[in-house]
Parts: sequence; structure tokens; C-alpha cells
Amino acid sequence: MTGEVLTRVMNLPFFAGLTAEHLRQLCEEGRAATYRPGERIFAEDGAADRFWLIDTGSVALDLRVPGRGDQIIETLVARSVLGWSWLHPPYRWQFGAVARERLDAIAFDAAAVRNRCDADPAFGYAMLRLFTPVITERLHATRLRLLDLYATSAQVGRP
Amino acid sequence: MSTSTAPAVAGAALPHPYLVVSRRVDTDDTVTLELTNDVEPLPAFAPGQFAMLTAFGVGEVPISLSGLPSPADGPARRLTHTLRAVGAVTRALYAAAPGAAIGVRGPFGTSWDVGSAAGHDVVIVAGGIGLAPVRPVLQAVLAERSRYGDVVLLVGARTPADLLYTDELLRWGAADVQVGVTVDRPSDDWTGHVGVVPALIPNARFDPARSVAFVCGPEVMMRFTARALLDRGLPASRLRVSLERNMRCGVGWCGHCQLGPLLLCRDGPVIDYARAAPLMELREL
Amino acid sequence: MPPETDQATHPPVLIEATALSRLFDALHAHGYTIVGPTVRDGAIVVAELESASELPYGVGVDTEAGRYRLRARADNAAFGHSAGPQSWKTVLHPARAPLWSADRSTDGTVVVHEPVERHRYALFGVRPCDLAAIGILDRVLAGGRHADPVYAGRRDGNLIIAVECTEPGATCFCTSMGTGPHAGSGFDLAMTEMLNGDEHRFLVRAGTPAGERILAEIPQRPADDASIGQASAAVADAATHMGRTMPAQGLPDLLAASHQSPHWDDVASRCLTCGNCTMVCPTCFCTSTEDVTDLTGDHAERWRRWDSCFDLDFSYLHGGSVRTSGQARYRQWITHKLGTWHDQFGSSGCVGCGRCIAWCPTGIDITQEVAALSLLQLAADSVDPAEDEAAR
Repeated sequence: MTGEVLTRVMNLPFFAGLTAEHLRQLCEEGRAATYRPGERIFAEDGAADRFWLIDTGSVALDLRVPGRGDQIIETLVARSVLGWSWLHPPYRWQFGAVARERLDAIAFDAAAVRNRCDADPAFGYAMLRLFTPVITERLHATRLRLLDLYATSAQVGRP
Repeated sequence: MSTSTAPAVAGAALPHPYLVVSRRVDTDDTVTLELTNDVEPLPAFAPGQFAMLTAFGVGEVPISLSGLPSPADGPARRLTHTLRAVGAVTRALYAAAPGAAIGVRGPFGTSWDVGSAAGHDVVIVAGGIGLAPVRPVLQAVLAERSRYGDVVLLVGARTPADLLYTDELLRWGAADVQVGVTVDRPSDDWTGHVGVVPALIPNARFDPARSVAFVCGPEVMMRFTARALLDRGLPASRLRVSLERNMRCGVGWCGHCQLGPLLLCRDGPVIDYARAAPLMELREL
Repeated sequence: MPPETDQATHPPVLIEATALSRLFDALHAHGYTIVGPTVRDGAIVVAELESASELPYGVGVDTEAGRYRLRARADNAAFGHSAGPQSWKTVLHPARAPLWSADRSTDGTVVVHEPVERHRYALFGVRPCDLAAIGILDRVLAGGRHADPVYAGRRDGNLIIAVECTEPGATCFCTSMGTGPHAGSGFDLAMTEMLNGDEHRFLVRAGTPAGERILAEIPQRPADDASIGQASAAVADAATHMGRTMPAQGLPDLLAASHQSPHWDDVASRCLTCGNCTMVCPTCFCTSTEDVTDLTGDHAERWRRWDSCFDLDFSYLHGGSVRTSGQARYRQWITHKLGTWHDQFGSSGCVGCGRCIAWCPTGIDITQEVAALSLLQLAADSVDPAEDEAAR
């Protein structure tokens, strides 16, 4: 199983900064996962016990807002990483995720990866260096959307 | 009210009265006008160039060409401009009905130079109303599709209701163009991407070593898009942006459109990113 | 468009000062509208002149940074003064000009009319710095792909009568900018005023056939070598007595490197962004347009007026201006004038006339600002990175 996962991910640019040994250790905690179109991958407030590397397909991040229903925050495309709430307590999802189309992904056991991080600081640091850019990129994209650049000066900040 | 046109003295300073022959409302603040002139031959606008459009008695604004004349129109060729109502002049132009007279001066400015992308992959990234000035690029490429490699069109908009040319987006997707569309805020029935347009760049199929990119939209959006394209290995010299500044004349006499050493009406609006990037980084330039 | 000057066509002549009225007559007879210096409202302005008696005989000026006063001269020199608040752009590139008018008839036809310039101007008393300024405006407004019809209408068919300077003002630095005080080219006639006791005459050189034709109608005698020598020496001497100097080389690079200079905060604390400098500068050319209509909406006009990069709305784009701070606007003005003008128009935009120094209400001196930027750049260049590192 590890070998199959390793084969799928080893040439991805996302993992280029990991040493071969760290990548192998990470892949020991990964397994193939597929989701049907519209299938919920996780719900907000659920236990953040996994994270995914999306191979093909796309995912919608959503949040249930009383009176407005499920609001889609962002969509993630193929080769994106899904989920980072597993990195720190309370290890609970802040948003939900739904497969937009049929999804092929690698799901990683978050608790197991965290245990390896605690046991081996070098591995832990490598994981943080791998995932913080993902968070930064999402933050920058969100900030860009906050700027409401496509709005006219009269529209800025209004729906 | 019918209007015929009479030619004024030729020159870059006098608006020639053109007739609105069609008006299509694209969104609640954007309209596409087709203009024609039954007296003189229509000047040939290259993709990327702009006209100074006059709403008589109100004022004048620079508006890019948003469509190439269709061969099907034959001799009755038309100038196509898409504009957004944001001020007094554009509101007057937005309201111009078929038969109304609009003053036209042009063409002015540099072109996207689509022909130089022959033999390359073509990557077009547009944000908001920025889709209008690059639409002629896509039309020129599709008119001679076999001269170009992979063609990618990535479009960002505020909401699905703000998307322009939606019927054409579908047609282009079926015409051997990779079309990616994303919005900042989805509507309840939106099934497409939600997020910023640079997020669509990593997965687009093009070879950075032999691609030319045409990017148009708000300046901040163009900078982040350029970063994503450069991260994929596209050289800045093959990335073109369309810049904007205040324009009062369009012909290099009024001094308003300066961006450092450039006069955007003459040295732009299309500039290659290697030249534009250092200028775009300077505060209050 | 600028008159071609051939030094060898005609040897210089001497005319008496009293012959200036005959010169005016000749110009009027040839259909020229004469524009030249005259005293008005406490300054020497550029205005339409009917008679040579309107020239500012015996009037001198006392100028410094932020200061301009008229004073009585001990002699009766007509041109014993340096640059006033107006330049020749008052004539060639006026503060307000109609661009076109349009009328919509009852059947809906719109017809656009261009105004016709009916005057031919004789510019009387153009100093060498202003000659250079006219050359610069020729390049900006008529030397590109499209020629400005208002400028061309007022410039074509001009006769230019230049006057060399023998008494530079305290704010002058034409020598530094290579534009004077000698008139080399770009004129139809060039005069050098000479006063010796009771004698008051002008050494006159024709620069073009048109200048020669006018000159032929005025009482004159061939200039003797002594007079030619005296005039030439006076001008050469003036070149060494300029009130200011400016390093004319290396300015584009200096300004390009100074975008983040701390100096802009310093200027901003003194600059009112009043735009006086742009109004008095003979090469500042920026304009804006206004469209107006009558009550019926059937008659529309577009007017052009001077604009200034110091105006807050100058760089208005999408709901706000690009350059809002005073420091950004001052930086734009000086960087354009001395730096990016080269990129845009192939020369410096500054001719060293010193008007901006005199008419700045807070006395900002363009030559001093350049000196300050130079010093800061030298200091920045001389910092040794290794020393800097060790000090941390």
C-alpha cells in the first residue's frame, strides 16, 4: 500500500522539499480514497483525523450559515491539499468539504502523522514547512478576494 | 431618433460621429455597443488598442476594442466596445440606444501583437471587465487556430452575474480552448470554481517554454497572476499586461497617462511584464 | 516647424532703439499679431503689443527664490529683466482653448466643427531659454505621431524675434542646461541690446529668409567689429554670472534611483502642491478637457485648459487618485521634468529659466533639490556593505 501511494506522489512538485526518507514515512500513513460527486468528505466540527492530497477532481469548502444554508467558501482543484485543522488543537474541522466531481485522492492518517512528528522533530519540522505555504497561499487568496478588486468604487465592500 | 453621420475634418483631435447599431446589455452595469460610420472606411483596430469615445456634451473616455469585426458582416463592419458604467461619461454611453451618435477618435495605443504568438501556446487570463480587451485576442487566435498550440482562457469575476460573454465562454470551451472560470462569491446555483484566478494556473495545460500570456484586469490581480505564471517558468518578456492610467487625450499631448517613463497612450496600454513589473511595484508612481 | 538658422546668410547689422517702432510697423504691415513683454499688474507679462512704446523700457526685476519685484533701472534698457511669470506658452499653448464644437440638427445629424486660428504671431523678445522651451514644446506637441492642431495653428507661420541676455537673474541657470544666454538657432531675428551712455542700439542677426525680409525694411547699418565684439563679450560674460547652477548630466539616473529617497518627505514639508511652478514653467504642457452643452443639448463643445500634476485629481483612476500624497506629486513633477522627459521626448524638460524658483511661494529651488538628492545618493553609494554588517 505504501509503495502504491509513494509511486503516485513521489514526482509531485508539492513534495519536492521532503527528503526521500520523510516522504516514505509520510506515505506509510496514506491510502487511496475516492468520493462520488456530491459526497461529503467531512463536516464542520468533525474530528480532523485525516488530510488529503487531491489527485483528480475538485472539492468545495463550505460552511452552514443559519438562514443562508451551506455557503461555499472556496473550491480546490486537482493536486491541492485539503485540510490543515489536523495540525493543531482542537483537531476539529472549522469548515466542511464536499466532492464537486468524482474525486481520486490520497487520504493520510492525521493522528499517526502527528505521532511521528512528536517522535521525530526533524520529521515534524519538515511537515510544518510543507504545510505552512499552503495556509499562506490560501490566506493571500482570501485577502485578495476581501479587496473586492472587481468591484467599482461604489460597490466595494457591498454585496 | 435616427442619426446620420457627417465627417469632421480628419485628424486625431476631432471625434468622428459614429452611429450605435446595436446595444447588448451584458450585466447590470456593463454593455457592449457596436458602432459604425456610413461615411468613411472604418479604421482598423488591432487587439489591445483603444478608442476615445465621446458622449457629446458629457465627456470622453478611453475604451478598448472588445471585438474584431466579423467577416460575416462584410463591408458593413463595426467597432465593438464593452464598457462599464462607473462615471458620468460611461453612464451616458451605457444608456446610448441604437441610432444615437457617439464620437470616436482612434485607434490609439499598442496592440497585444497576437501574431507574435504564432507557434506558441496562448494563455489568456482576465479579471472582471478585463475580459473585454482580451476577447479580440481569442477571436484572432480562433480565426487561425492551427497556427497556435494549446489555448488557455482563465476568467475571474466577482459573482456569476458579473461574467461577460457567457454564451461565448461555452462556445470557446467547445472549440479546442481550455476554459477555466472562477468567481469571488458564488451564487446558490453556481457549480464552478470559487476562488482567485491565479489558483487555476498550476493545472492549466500549457508549456511555459513556448507560451505567450495575455493578462488583463485590476492591477493587483495582474500582479498576482503574473507571479503564478512566472512560478510556472513563463519568462516575463512573453507575458503582456494592459495597464491603465487617467487619459484626457489618448495621443500624447495631455500628460495624464504617465507611468514613470511611459506614456500609456503611446507606449501602452499593452506592455510586456519585464518592463511593467518594476513600475507596477512603485508606490504612487 | 522651427525656423532653420543659417549663420552665414547675412552679416549682423546695428539698429537704433528708436527703430523698434519701425520694426513693429513692418511686422504689422506683414499681418503679424505682435506678442511681447510689457508691464502689467506689477510684473512683466507676455501680451499683445500695438506699439514698441509698450515694451518695458527702464524696468528691471529683482528675483530670488519666492520673490519677484519690479524696480526702476538706471538706464532705459527694454530687455533689462529676466523671466517673468508668463512664457510663450501663453500664446502657443494657451490656458484655455476651444477644441471643437458639435451641433445636432433636427433630423439628428451631428456635425463637428474645428475652430480656425486666424492670427499669425510675431513673438517679440524671446530669450534663449524660452527659445529652447519652444523647441521642446514643438517636440512634445507636434513632433510625435499626432500633431496638436491648436499648437500647430498658433505655431505655424510664427516669426520669432529673440533677444539675448546680458544680465542674468538670480534664479537663472540656462548655462547649466545648455540653452543660453547666447541665441544659437530657432529664431528668425536675434537681437542683442547695447547701451553705451546715451547710445541705445541693437545688434541684429537674421536667422532665416523671413527674418531677413523683415529686417530689410528697417533703418540699419552694417555692424562694426567693435560692436560685434562688445555684444558677444557681454553675452559670454553673462554665461559666467548665472544665479544658479544645475548638474545637467546624470539626472535621469539620479531621479530613477531616488524613488524611495527620504528627501521627498523633506520637500513635502515645504511644498504646498499649489502648482505655481507648473503654470510658470515654459515647458509644462499638461492639459485637461471639459465638455459643455447648451440647455437644449443640441450644441456641445469641448474646451481644453491647463492642468497640473500637482492637482489631486490629475491621476484620478477608478474612484481615487494614484498620487495622493504631496511627496508623490512633487516627485512626479521633478522626475518628469529632469528625468523621464528624456525617455518620453528625447531631451530634458528644463531650460534653466528659473521661473519655478521665483514663483514658488515657499521658495523651493529645483537646483537645490537636485543637489540634495545627489548628496543622498552619493552617501548611499558610498556605504560599504561589509562595514554596515559588522556594525550590526
